[in-house]
Amino acid sequence: MTDVTQQTGTYEARMGDYFALMKPRVMQLVVFTALVGLLVAPVPVHPFIGFVGILCIAVGAGASGALNMWWDADIDAVMKRTQSRPIPSGRVQPGEALGIGLALSGFSVILLALATNLLAAGLLAFTIFFYAVIYSMWLKRSTPQNIVIGGAAGAFPPMVGWAVATGGIAPESVLMFALIFMWTPPHFWALALFVKSDYGNADVPMLTETHGRRVTRNHILGYTIALVPVALGIAFTSIGGPVYLAVALLLNGWFLKGAVDIWRRDDADSEADQHAVEKRVFKISLYYLFGHFGALLVEAVLRTNGLGGW
Amino acid sequence: MAIKVEHELHKRRLDRNIGVGLLLIGFVVIVLILTVVKVQGLGDIREMERFDHVARPALEQAAGTSQEEGTQ
Repeated sequence: MTDVTQQTGTYEARMGDYFALMKPRVMQLVVFTALVGLLVAPVPVHPFIGFVGILCIAVGAGASGALNMWWDADIDAVMKRTQSRPIPSGRVQPGEALGIGLALSGFSVILLALATNLLAAGLLAFTIFFYAVIYSMWLKRSTPQNIVIGGAAGAFPPMVGWAVATGGIAPESVLMFALIFMWTPPHFWALALFVKSDYGNADVPMLTETHGRRVTRNHILGYTIALVPVALGIAFTSIGGPVYLAVALLLNGWFLKGAVDIWRRDDADSEADQHAVEKRVFKISLYYLFGHFGALLVEAVLRTNGLGGW
Repeated sequence: MAIKVEHELHKRRLDRNIGVGLLLIGFVVIVLILTVVKVQGLGDIREMERFDHVARPALEQAAGTSQEEGTQ
């Protein structure tokens, strides 16, 4: 036997395989929203402490991603979309993912506590716990509302960013949380309507499979309507202003129209144009979130230059 | 047939070792800069001395002076 791989029996991971465990695409959204939360806060932060704060939030998010992949390895192996992930493809051993997830969770929370404050670290610890335990281990396989409640995990980063700067919680940070929390269901369900998923084979109760696509369309409209006052409400807080309000009006009108379009269609229409409207609304939902947080950032920049705000 | 000196496995291990090495260096640099930033942010360097329980004449002297200022 001359092949070393055969002798050892297991694949040895590259650094990139471990990095893939941390769900880098999700991390981009986390970094962006946490950064906005930090920059719009009324308390200035030393740039390096701010950098370490964002790094810890990103690593914490990555750690919860690794724990999620460890726990969900069985269903990831069944579904086509997730079969190439590091654990089901055999590039990383489940135990390694668990070890990396736990170690990075502890590392990120402790470093955040030392670099910034205990509240920010506590919020980060809760976010990791929420995603890994409440969402992955409990909700995901037990209720079709899994992504509604689980969406809270993705909504915490701007609150953590705000806490890094201020050491506290404020109506503004709670509204930023609420914006992502309310945005997640229509965003995700728009995707679920056009991606051919095999959640059913993996026994994961997604709304499209348990209650049907008609109910999912109704839910998208309902949640989008509920999202509008949250998004517009931020405009009248200390972090909002006319620029944010203009952007929010535009984006909410656009997103709401998309949700109505989805609601008015049925599956026959959708199949006929290869889910064109659902795909368009999913794309709009991405612009929606980045647009709102981008506008908050613009308001913050304007305020530091004596402009912006009301 | 002899075992190849440079197997693909060795490349993966090298990749991982370099990655871990860079992460450790990065961590050390972060802790170093963070320490400098935190210490500079203290303002009065004597604040640092309050973290241990050894008698610090400089602190006691400072406290005495401020008490005297308070009574006047």
